[in-house]
Amino acid sequence: MTIATASPQALSELDRPNSYIGKTVPRPNLDRLMQGRGLYVSDIELPRMAHVVFLRSPHAHAKIVSIDAAAAKRMPGIIAVVTGKELAAVITPWVGVLTHLKGLKSAPQHAIAIDRVCWQGEAVAAIVATSRDVAEDAAEAVRVEYQELEAVTDMRTALDSATPVIHPALGDNLAFERNLDAGAVNAAFADADEVAEAEFIFGRHTGVTLEPRAVVADWNAAEARLTIYQGTQAPHMVQNIAALHLGLRESQVRVVCKDVGGSFGIKVHIYADEMAVYALSKLLRRPIKFVADRVESFNTDIHARDHRCKGKIGVKRDGTITAFEIDDLTGIGPYSMYPRTSAIEANQVVNLVGGPYTTKNYRARARVVFQNKNVMCQYRAVGHPIACSVTEGLVDLAAAKIGMDPVKIRRRNLIADDAYPCASPSGLRFELLSHHAAMNRLMAMMDYESLRAEQAALRKKNIHRGIGIASFIEVTNPSAAFYGVGGARISSQDGVAVRLDAQGAVICQTSITEQGQGSESLTAQIVGSVLGVSMERVRVILGDTDNTPYGGGTWASRGAGIGGEAALQAAKILRRNILDVAAAILQTSPGELDLAGNAVVNAGDGAPRIELNELARVVYFRPDTLPPGIQPELMATRHFVPREYPFAFTNGVQASWLEVDPDTGIVRLLKHWVVEDCGTLINPQLVDEQIRGGVVQGLGAALFEKCVYDERGQLTNANMADYLVPMSGEMPDIDVGHVVSPTSETELGAKGAGEAGTAGAAAAVANAVNDALRPFGAVITEIPLTPQVILTALGRI
Amino acid sequence: MKASAFAYARATSVADALALLAAHGDGAKVLSGGQSLMPAMNLRLISPELIVDIGGLAELRGVAVSGDVLKIGALTRHAELLRSPEIAAHAPLLAEAVAHVAHPAIRNRGTLGGSLAHADPAAELPACMLALNATVVISGPSGERRMAAEDFFTGIYETALSAQELLVAVELPVARKSSGYFFDEFARRHGDYAIVGLAAQAIVKDGIFADLRLAFFAVGDRPTLAKAAARLVGAVVTPAILSEASTALSKELDPQQDQQASVSMRRHLAKVLLGRCVSALLDRPDLNAGGSA
Repeated sequence: MTIATASPQALSELDRPNSYIGKTVPRPNLDRLMQGRGLYVSDIELPRMAHVVFLRSPHAHAKIVSIDAAAAKRMPGIIAVVTGKELAAVITPWVGVLTHLKGLKSAPQHAIAIDRVCWQGEAVAAIVATSRDVAEDAAEAVRVEYQELEAVTDMRTALDSATPVIHPALGDNLAFERNLDAGAVNAAFADADEVAEAEFIFGRHTGVTLEPRAVVADWNAAEARLTIYQGTQAPHMVQNIAALHLGLRESQVRVVCKDVGGSFGIKVHIYADEMAVYALSKLLRRPIKFVADRVESFNTDIHARDHRCKGKIGVKRDGTITAFEIDDLTGIGPYSMYPRTSAIEANQVVNLVGGPYTTKNYRARARVVFQNKNVMCQYRAVGHPIACSVTEGLVDLAAAKIGMDPVKIRRRNLIADDAYPCASPSGLRFELLSHHAAMNRLMAMMDYESLRAEQAALRKKNIHRGIGIASFIEVTNPSAAFYGVGGARISSQDGVAVRLDAQGAVICQTSITEQGQGSESLTAQIVGSVLGVSMERVRVILGDTDNTPYGGGTWASRGAGIGGEAALQAAKILRRNILDVAAAILQTSPGELDLAGNAVVNAGDGAPRIELNELARVVYFRPDTLPPGIQPELMATRHFVPREYPFAFTNGVQASWLEVDPDTGIVRLLKHWVVEDCGTLINPQLVDEQIRGGVVQGLGAALFEKCVYDERGQLTNANMADYLVPMSGEMPDIDVGHVVSPTSETELGAKGAGEAGTAGAAAAVANAVNDALRPFGAVITEIPLTPQVILTALGRI
Repeated sequence: MKASAFAYARATSVADALALLAAHGDGAKVLSGGQSLMPAMNLRLISPELIVDIGGLAELRGVAVSGDVLKIGALTRHAELLRSPEIAAHAPLLAEAVAHVAHPAIRNRGTLGGSLAHADPAAELPACMLALNATVVISGPSGERRMAAEDFFTGIYETALSAQELLVAVELPVARKSSGYFFDEFARRHGDYAIVGLAAQAIVKDGIFADLRLAFFAVGDRPTLAKAAARLVGAVVTPAILSEASTALSKELDPQQDQQASVSMRRHLAKVLLGRCVSALLDRPDLNAGGSA
C-alpha cells in the first residue's frame, strides 16, 4: 500500500520509460466527440427505417378492456399499430429471477402489456410511422378503454392482507426476503453502553442520462439476421436475450454499440420497450428506431433506491461498536427487472452494512415488495449509498450518544490496515483495504482540526456549518458470483484481441464498452505501454458482437480491472511474439530485446534495432526472408476473469463541509473530499473524474433528486423542471486523493473506481447536515434533504 | 416529444401581428422568445393552430429614457436587461432580478414581454413590475391602452391581455435618488422558479421608509403587492412593528402547495424574506438577528 503522489507508482511489469500507466493522457475519443463526429443511436439512419412511439398507460394499474386503433391506422404515414397480443406472436415473455437469490419471484412480463398494465408508463401499443411526430399524432387517435384497478403504491402496506396482490399467481407482494444473523447480536446489544436507533428514508430516483435510451433494430429477412444498434453497457447480454426471446440463435443477432451518452447502470438492463423494438423489426421486416423522450425516460428508465431502512447500533463508552442491526424495505415496481433482477440492491444493502468496521455482530433483514410504480433496478453504486448512509448515520448517532468525535469513533472501529485478508460478518472477503491510511490522508487534505475550529467560531456568529464523514467499501471487478452463478447468461469474463498492422500500428478489440468513462483510453494506455507503441497508433474497437471477443461489458466497476487485465495479458503475448520475430530477424535472443518508441530496441542500452513498421513489412510482405521454421503470429487474444475473490473490494472515505440556513432549510455545499483506493491508477484524471461524477450523483440524491409519486401511482415530476438534477452552480469543489493498494489477483492491480463517489457522498452530506444542526437538537435521517424536510425537522413550519 | 402541426406566420409589423391575431382568435399564439411556449408545445400541453412570430419587430426592442419614464420594449431580452446601462441606472432592481432568471441560454432568448404575458406566478419579472409601479402598454384592434402592472396579472398564466392584443412595452418611473431596492428568492437550485421571492422598491429617508412596495411572488396565483408594507412606512421600524407586519403579511398571502413547498413553508419563507428585506433596506442588521420570523 502506498500513498499516491503526483506520479503514482506503477507496477514493475509496466514500469517502463514510455509507460502510459499512471499518466494523465488525453482520451483518444475526445476530438471525435468534441467535434460532433460521435455516432449515437439517434444519429443512425437506415434505408426504409421507421420510427416507433409507444402509447403508454396513464394508469398505475388497470385492465385493458379494448384497444381501437382503426382511426390511427388510417392516418397518413402510419405503417402499423401493434398491440401486445399481436407482438406476442414474435417474442416470448420473461421472468426476472436468478436462482442464487433464493426465493426471488416475479411474474411473466411482456414486451407490450397484453391484458393489464401494472405501472403508469407501461406500453400498451406501438405506433410505427414514417416519423416520430406523425407517430405521436396517431398515438393521440388510439382509443384504449381501461378498467382501473386498485394501485399498490405504499411499500409499507404492500404486504398487508388488505392490500391487493399485484400478481395473484405469486400469492403475495413479497418478491424477495433475505435474513442474516452473524455473531451474537442480542448479547452484543446487551453488552453495549448505549444503543442508537433510527429509520433511514431514501427517495426513489433515477439516472437521467444525457442521451436517453435509444435502439435501432434491423431485421434482415434475407440474411435471417437481426442487427441491434443500441447504447448498451452489455452488448453480448443483449445479443443473448434478444435471440432467446425472438427464437433465434445468438449468431443471428449482432449488437452494435457506438457512442453512448451516459449510462450509470440505466443502460445495462433489458427494457420491455426495447424488446418490443427488436420484435417489431422482425414482425414488420424493416429497421425500426426508438428514441425515448425525456418524459418516457422518467417513466420507464429504471428507478433506484426507494428504501426505508430501520437501523440500530450498539456502542461501548470507549467507542467500540458492538453490533449493527438493520431491517430494510424496498418497493421495486410490478416486476423484477430482467435479467439482473431487482433484488440485487436490497441484497447489497444486507451485504454492505457495517462493512468497513470490525464488529462481527450483525443482523439484517431485507424485504423487497412489488408495487404499481415504474420498475426499480441497478443504478450506479447499487445498494452502496443505502448501506453507507445507514452505517455511517448510525456511527454518527453512536458517537453523539457517547460524546465522541466522529473521526475518533471511526478510527476506533475501522478494520486495521494490517488485518487483511479478512471477511465481513456477511461473508464478504477483503483482500487488502486501507481504511486508516485513507482516513489519515483525508484528515490532512481537509485540515480537520482547523475546520472544526472554524465551525465553532462561526456558530457563535449564528452561521451553522457542518462536517460529515463517511467511510465506505465498494464492490468492483465482479466474478461470476454476481450473475453467472444465478443462471444469467451475463459474462463475467472479458476478452481482448490485439494485432500489429502492416505499418506497425496496433488494433485492439475489446469486449468492454465505452459510455464516457474512458474504457477506450485505458485500453489504449495499457496496450501502448506493453507494446512500446505510442497511443495514437493504438486503435481500440469496442461495442460490436461481430467484431470483439465475447465478454461482459462495462458495469459494476469492472472495465479497468477485468477488461484492462485482459488487454494487458493479450498485449504481453503479442509483445512476446513480436520479440520472437525480431530476434529471428536480428539474429539475437528475445531476452536481449525490448519494445519502446514504436521500435524494437536493445534491452540493455535502449538503442533502436528495428522499427515496428519495418518488422511488420517483413512479416506481412517478405516472410520469405525470415529464417525457416518461423511462423509469426502478430495477433493475440486473451480473456480474463477473477477467480480468487468473487469481488475486488475497494475502500475510501468522503467528507462534506456545508452550511445550513436554519431559516430557509437551504443547504449550501462548500467543499467535498474523497480519498479512495482503487489499486493501480491507470489514468489518474479519468479516475478523479469518475469519482467526481459519482460524487455529484450522490449529492443529487442527498439534496435534490426524487421521483415523486402520488397515492394513485402517478409520477408527478417526470420532467427536468420538476425533477431536480444536481447542477454545476450548486456543486462544491471536490478534492480527490488516492491510496494505492493493488489487487494481487491481477498483474495490473487495478480495481474499479466507477461507483465509489456515489457510494458515500449522500452519507457524508447527511452527516454534515446533522452536524450543522446539532445546536438545534434536530436529527434527520431522510434524503433528499429538501428545505421542506429540514424546516420541518427544525419545527419552523 | 414533438409539437403537433401548426401554421406559422412571421409578423412584419405590430399592425400585421394584430391583424393575424384578430383573424385567428384563440387559435393563435404569439411567439416571442419561445422559452415557455416551445416546451409547452413540445409536451403537447398546448397545440396552437397558428404561431405569430413577432421576433422580427424591431419597433418592440430597446430601452429608452424619456423624462421621468423608462420605456422597455416587449422584445427586450433578459440578457439585454442584464447588460443595459439605462436599466442599471434607472431600474437596478430589474438587473438584479434578471440574474435569478433561469440560465444564460434562456436569458439570451427569453423576453420581458414574453415573461409578463406568460404570467407564471413564480416568475421574477412580473413581481418586479409591481414593485417598480410599472405601466403595461398594450396594442389592440382599437388602438393602444395602458394599465398598471398591478391590474395586469389576473391569475395563474392569466392576464388582462385579450387574444387580439399584444403587449408592446412597459413604462417605469425612473428611480429616485433616495430610493433603494431589494431582490431575493429562495430556490432549490440557482435558476429554478422561486419557492418564494420578493422584489422590493423603497424610498428611505433618515432611516424611515417614505415608501415601500413589496412584491412577493410564488406565494399566490399572481405576484402580490403586500399591504403589510404600509405598517412599516412613516415610522421607525422596531422588532415589534416588524413582527406585526410579518403577521399581517402571513394573513394576506394565499400561497399554494406544490412539490417544493407546503402552504405553511411558503408563509414562513415569505416572512423570512420580509425580515431580510427590511433589514437590508434600512441597513439594520438588528432587525434580522435570530433570523426566523
